[in-house]
Amino acid sequence: MCLAVPGRVLDVEDRDGTRMATVDFGGVVKEVCLEYLPDLKAGEYAIVHVGFALQRLDEESARRTLELFENLGMLQEEFGDPWEQAAAQGAAQQPPHHTTAPEAQQ
Amino acid sequence: MKYIEEFQDPDLAERLLDDIRATVTRPWALMEVCGGQTHTIIRHGIDQLLPEEVELIHGPGCPVCVTPLEVIDKALEIASRPDVIFCSFGDMLRVPGTGRDLFQVRGTGGDVRVVYSPLDALRVAQQNPDRQVVFFGIGFETTAPPNAMTVYQARKLGIRNFSLLVSHVRVPPAIEAIMQSPDCRVQAFLAAGHVCSVMGMDEYPGLAERFGVPIVVTGFEPLDILEGVRRTVRQLERGEHTVDNAYPRAVRPEGNPAARAMLDDVFEVTDRAWRGIGVIPDSGWRLSSRYRDYDAEHRFAVDGITTREPAACRSGEVLQGLLKPHECEAFGTTCTPRSPLGATMVSSEGACAAYYLYRRLELNTPARPAASLEGSPVV
Repeated sequence: MCLAVPGRVLDVEDRDGTRMATVDFGGVVKEVCLEYLPDLKAGEYAIVHVGFALQRLDEESARRTLELFENLGMLQEEFGDPWEQAAAQGAAQQPPHHTTAPEAQQ
Repeated sequence: MKYIEEFQDPDLAERLLDDIRATVTRPWALMEVCGGQTHTIIRHGIDQLLPEEVELIHGPGCPVCVTPLEVIDKALEIASRPDVIFCSFGDMLRVPGTGRDLFQVRGTGGDVRVVYSPLDALRVAQQNPDRQVVFFGIGFETTAPPNAMTVYQARKLGIRNFSLLVSHVRVPPAIEAIMQSPDCRVQAFLAAGHVCSVMGMDEYPGLAERFGVPIVVTGFEPLDILEGVRRTVRQLERGEHTVDNAYPRAVRPEGNPAARAMLDDVFEVTDRAWRGIGVIPDSGWRLSSRYRDYDAEHRFAVDGITTREPAACRSGEVLQGLLKPHECEAFGTTCTPRSPLGATMVSSEGACAAYYLYRRLELNTPARPAASLEGSPVV
């Protein structure tokens, strides 16, 4: 959760009065709120934390960081299935209504 | 030097290390505040590559670790209610409360959901108007603005079945508390880069001056850490104590003004208990009176909780930099990621978890990731 990951803005739209974007994190695409960086445009990079763009980043820095995070498995840690990760960490059993994704994002 | 080839730019890493070696003349103790930085340091063996005069002490910068047991227990109680959908970030699932964790609450029928963003929890509230949706709002200055925006949106959209269980913490008062401890050995700080991406740097000059400590804003990649150490050691050797920005690509002096304005609107500063450390004055945020209706502690009766900390857990000393994880008797024996005594062993940002994952059972053990370690969330 602490991790803030650089991502590239794919497109921007106003949704119910809130500025939102789809952002590509090295292949994983997420919805991101741009209210704190409202002038961010498609093609630009930003540091994104828990679905919010917090600061602009230049392309080269963003690409280098993303490559490093991917090599270290940190993108999997950030965007992988948290229930599987928690189960692997050693809980007694899988939850009975286990699903394969953070269902609330659907 | 054995592992320097693992750095993204080994030549630059070597040059930074050469500069540090050429600069240092006596022992210095530096604290990295952020748990993400701790993991980078241990994963890459940066502490072992540095000259022996430079000691890195791990600070309290893991929000999962410092969330007090009482708040975890409140979360567990609220999450157990049949009328509640409890939403959380994934790394809170295995943090032990008194006797159980959120993962187990879900296993016994609680509707616990993991979200990537707090806005996802708000969407759950819109989709389930007949249920109460509670989001577990923990984290430092980096996470607080997203949570603040979510509460602001809930009010703007008139969503009434949403509330926040708040346990936000602030870094500067923690630095102050560490420096005021009679056992403190810290002579300089590597400040957490992404906290400063939001807050900027104005909170630090006063601390640097008051305690005579250099504070260098530092990023999270291995080369960022080396550069932060290099600048810090240079200041220490010169007898300087200023605030320096070694992470300018992500930190502007003013931070993110829009995020800071939202924090000021939605939250107000309050005293906050840190797990293992105790109450630090002005070290947290709570919802301001305008947003009190969205405070889960007001909406649900969760008073009268009796907490029970495991006596053997010394995470408080670890979080204050007074003890290295492997110096704890329980480390790796009665306390492992599979069966943790405290949050520092559970959290992916926790110092104990970093030492366990990278086999730091002894000081001289190389920082190689263990190939088949149980429950490894990384690598």
